[in-house]
Amino acid sequence: MDRTGSETHVMPYRTLVRVWLVLLGLTGALVAAGTTLHPSLSVWAMLVITPVKAGLIFYYFMHLKYEKPLLTGLVFVTLGLLVLVIGLLFSDLFYR
Amino acid sequence: MTTAAGAHGGHVDHEGARFGMWLFLFTEILLFGGLFILYAAYRARYPNEFHEAGGHLDAVIGVANTVILLTSSLTMAASITALRTGQRRRALASLAGTIALGVLFLVNKYFEWSGEIARGFYPDSPLLAGRPQGEQIFFGLYYSMTGLHGLHVMAGIVLLAVMLALVLRHRITGGEYHKLENAGLYWHLVDVIWVFLLPLFYLAA
Repeated sequence: MDRTGSETHVMPYRTLVRVWLVLLGLTGALVAAGTTLHPSLSVWAMLVITPVKAGLIFYYFMHLKYEKPLLTGLVFVTLGLLVLVIGLLFSDLFYR
Repeated sequence: MTTAAGAHGGHVDHEGARFGMWLFLFTEILLFGGLFILYAAYRARYPNEFHEAGGHLDAVIGVANTVILLTSSLTMAASITALRTGQRRRALASLAGTIALGVLFLVNKYFEWSGEIARGFYPDSPLLAGRPQGEQIFFGLYYSMTGLHGLHVMAGIVLLAVMLALVLRHRITGGEYHKLENAGLYWHLVDVIWVFLLPLFYLAA
């Protein structure tokens, strides 16, 4: 059978379990931040921890770490577009 | 880019198949992204009402469902690893586990929504009609965003059940795994979306 294109890297079980444990730990940190920190600080904790969790899923579970720069770049462009629109929205809300 | 048709000994373009799936995932990201922007706009307008309304949700179920989906992402990724390293039985068990966790997520969601509705928190309910507009908007967003996500979980479960059948029939193998890999990409994205829904709704208070 003819196969073209790169076959993705086989992710070892150990790496997958480690990423999962980190994700669970970050979820715990998120809950702890939401219940113990001042609301303004907990919002910042959420703004940092949640994208890190998403990044780990993208990077390891979705194999983005082993993809070609074109695909990785397109993912960043898509997410960057969202961040840009959200930034423009808040600039409109705060300065209108 | 060439169509994948490996099961019949044809030409298989793994990279093209994966790229096509990612293009679809971009549309999903932008679909939910629009709803996240809507949430952000209303949260900025009604911060106190959102804080108050978030307190009526069951954060324990929200966190439990997060653990369930994160674990399902692990079993999903493990099934691909198992299949590609020739451990077919383990791949099947991991895939079945992923489906079971997806169903468990929906069962929890059923009990969560039932509880909210029983307490009178649903769109246009007499209880919400008497509360501030920001709280009404919060619950409207809560039901539409978690509902749309739930539909994606259902679609994912059906997709993974099809993948399970294809692995059982040897239509998906260690050398011909791109369908399972693409189904996995979809499942992981559903998980990523939930990762954002947790703090927006359940930890909002």
